[in-house]
Amino acid sequence: MSQGKHLPSIHVPHHKNTAGHETVVMPIPDVVKICMSQNIGAPCKPLVEKGDYVKVGQRIGDVDAFVSAPIFSSVSGTVIDIEQSRGSMGGFETLVVIETDKKQEVSEEVKVPTIETFEDFVKAARDSGMVGLGGASFPTHVKLNPKNLDECEYLVVNAAECEPFITTDNREMVENGQDVLDGMQMIMKFLDLKKGFIGVETNKPDAIENMRRLIEQNEIDNIEVVELPSSYPKGAERVLIYEVTGKTMDAGVLPAQLGVILDNVSTIGVMAEYFKTGMPIVRRRVTVDGDAVANPQNVYAPIGTQIADLVEFCGGYKKEPRKIIMGGPMMGRATKSDESVTMKNTSAVLCFGQEMAEVKEETACLNCQRCHTACPFGLMPSIYIEAYENKDLDTLQKFNVMQCMECGSCSYICPARRPLSFTNKLAKIMIKEATKK
Amino acid sequence: MDKKFHTNLVVSSAPHIVTDQDTTRLMGTVLLALVPALAASVYIFGLRVLLLSLVSVIACVGFEYIWNAALKKTQTVGDLSAALTGLLLAMNVPSSFPIWQLILGDCFAIIVVKALYGGLGKNFVNPAITARIFLFISFASNMSTWPVTKLAGTDAVTGATPLAIIGEGAFDKAALPTLQQMLLGLRGGACGEVCALALIIGGIFLIIKKIISPIIPCAFIGTVFVIALIATGSVYQAVFHCLAGGVMLGAFFMATDYVTSPKLPFGQLIFGIGCGLITMGIRFLGSYPEGVSFSILFMNICTPLINRWSYKVYLKKGGKK
Repeated sequence: MSQGKHLPSIHVPHHKNTAGHETVVMPIPDVVKICMSQNIGAPCKPLVEKGDYVKVGQRIGDVDAFVSAPIFSSVSGTVIDIEQSRGSMGGFETLVVIETDKKQEVSEEVKVPTIETFEDFVKAARDSGMVGLGGASFPTHVKLNPKNLDECEYLVVNAAECEPFITTDNREMVENGQDVLDGMQMIMKFLDLKKGFIGVETNKPDAIENMRRLIEQNEIDNIEVVELPSSYPKGAERVLIYEVTGKTMDAGVLPAQLGVILDNVSTIGVMAEYFKTGMPIVRRRVTVDGDAVANPQNVYAPIGTQIADLVEFCGGYKKEPRKIIMGGPMMGRATKSDESVTMKNTSAVLCFGQEMAEVKEETACLNCQRCHTACPFGLMPSIYIEAYENKDLDTLQKFNVMQCMECGSCSYICPARRPLSFTNKLAKIMIKEATKK
Repeated sequence: MDKKFHTNLVVSSAPHIVTDQDTTRLMGTVLLALVPALAASVYIFGLRVLLLSLVSVIACVGFEYIWNAALKKTQTVGDLSAALTGLLLAMNVPSSFPIWQLILGDCFAIIVVKALYGGLGKNFVNPAITARIFLFISFASNMSTWPVTKLAGTDAVTGATPLAIIGEGAFDKAALPTLQQMLLGLRGGACGEVCALALIIGGIFLIIKKIISPIIPCAFIGTVFVIALIATGSVYQAVFHCLAGGVMLGAFFMATDYVTSPKLPFGQLIFGIGCGLITMGIRFLGSYPEGVSFSILFMNICTPLINRWSYKVYLKKGGKK
């Protein structure tokens, strides 16, 4: 249905080096560390203790809260420690450290779910442990259970994958296209949705072709592939909804309020796998790339794999890594050490050498307004950065800084290398703190 | 657990990649866009134009270097903005202009207009335009002695600019160059402003490269055209006014200066129209034959006001999408 109108976007180099690489399964590492904070909302509490023997698919973390998703063991082995470690957001996170026995014994808990009613379906979605695999890690069952279910019409599947380097969604559609379609049909059936859309950027011709072929083969008439321009940030929730349905969405609004259920393509694919096999999310496809990696490729890695093990499997470091990013280069998080572990939302691990790790020096603002023209929402980062420095909350709010989704386009495009996106983030925090009182 | 980890990686905020279009590249592209006009000028007025340009560029870069070094500031000559100011100022003086006076103008542009206000991005008026006006007021006779190109086929060494001829009296086609001559630059005027064709080529190059937005040049030139058309009733004369004086140089290269023009498209439209109005006001009503520099200077000063106004319009629309 693509409504033909586009929001402003920028051209970033695609670097989809691994788009044609079939996903390879890596051997089970000696140790995995499974983080208990893998979703937006409440972190899980460990259900196991030091010394326990755990099996693949066994629930090892959960919490009694609506916005949360359980966590499962990705390996079989012995819990050797429950450690507290400082996470990438600065707070402390609980890690369950498991020494693997490499037997990969499957837990008795793994059973194909029986799904007959809507309630069963939502429960199964939670039991699959799914969160948004694209990066936001919002628990999927919450998305599938909106307050205004009657008003929801569309299912929009986010397969834009606009971040450079990452090719996991592309591979999901090429390798597991059938699962994606099955998952979509399940969602549309139980939520009573009229139409489904798969939004894909045109730089993934293999995926588009495969999905269209499967739709034809299965004779599905209410699912459509929507081709999007290959520019950043087409995969941002609010941008995608506008591009596909023409609906504008403010920050803080959920897609469901506009009658749209939106999910990432890999999320749906992996969830469909759970509906068929009963195996919750215990591994995920990770794009390992960057100029410091010897053999960039897509890897199925158990959740909780340390980056060092992952890179070692990819031929090790070609040169001294200076920066490692979890996620894409536009919105991903830099990690301090390659001891960090993969999580459900780790779509990519990018290792950069000195040259690409360098943070460019900031120079004077030219007032060129490239930040304003690049912003998908037409916001004014050059005003925010000045207002933030002056702690001018009125101006920040008047000029809608809260609408910023931190896509990074302004910082990317700035000829003076100013940290615009970062400042927006800080400004939003400043406003949130001030309005809390 | 005797594995060796890399535990001292660079941590910075996203995004982790940036465009290679930095300030230096932007300024460099504008310099490149001025090359056709410079080449045309050298052809029309001779090698002295090249000398003036070189001296002016070196002087501007030199002054900025000395200022930064003397005040122990970060060296900024590498961003090429001083070089651009130097070249633009050289293009704004007659080819016979004394070199020492040009260097004085460079000093004024870089030190007084730019550096004293805090350097690149902080100056509220365009350095090259302001320095041109400074020279015009200080050395009035040198700044209004216009060498005539040998290509025009006359024996005279100097002559009046077409606008001065119009200012003297009626629109006398016999005494004025044809439109074709105006387009090619076979007329009296400052080094860089005469060859309208070369300036248009440079301007379109900048628009295609997305270095400048077409709003200001279109509004500026459009306003000049419309006012001349209303005032004279002749399309010929209206086109003549667009090609005459510094309109092309001003509209494409000076009024579009990021630092001193409004932020939002609506403001840029007002800015361009204002430039056109003041230019034509001075041409028709004022005592000077030409008003492009004054119009840009005035609109530079109005920019904060225009910004305030355009913010209101922008926020009324909701400020997004």
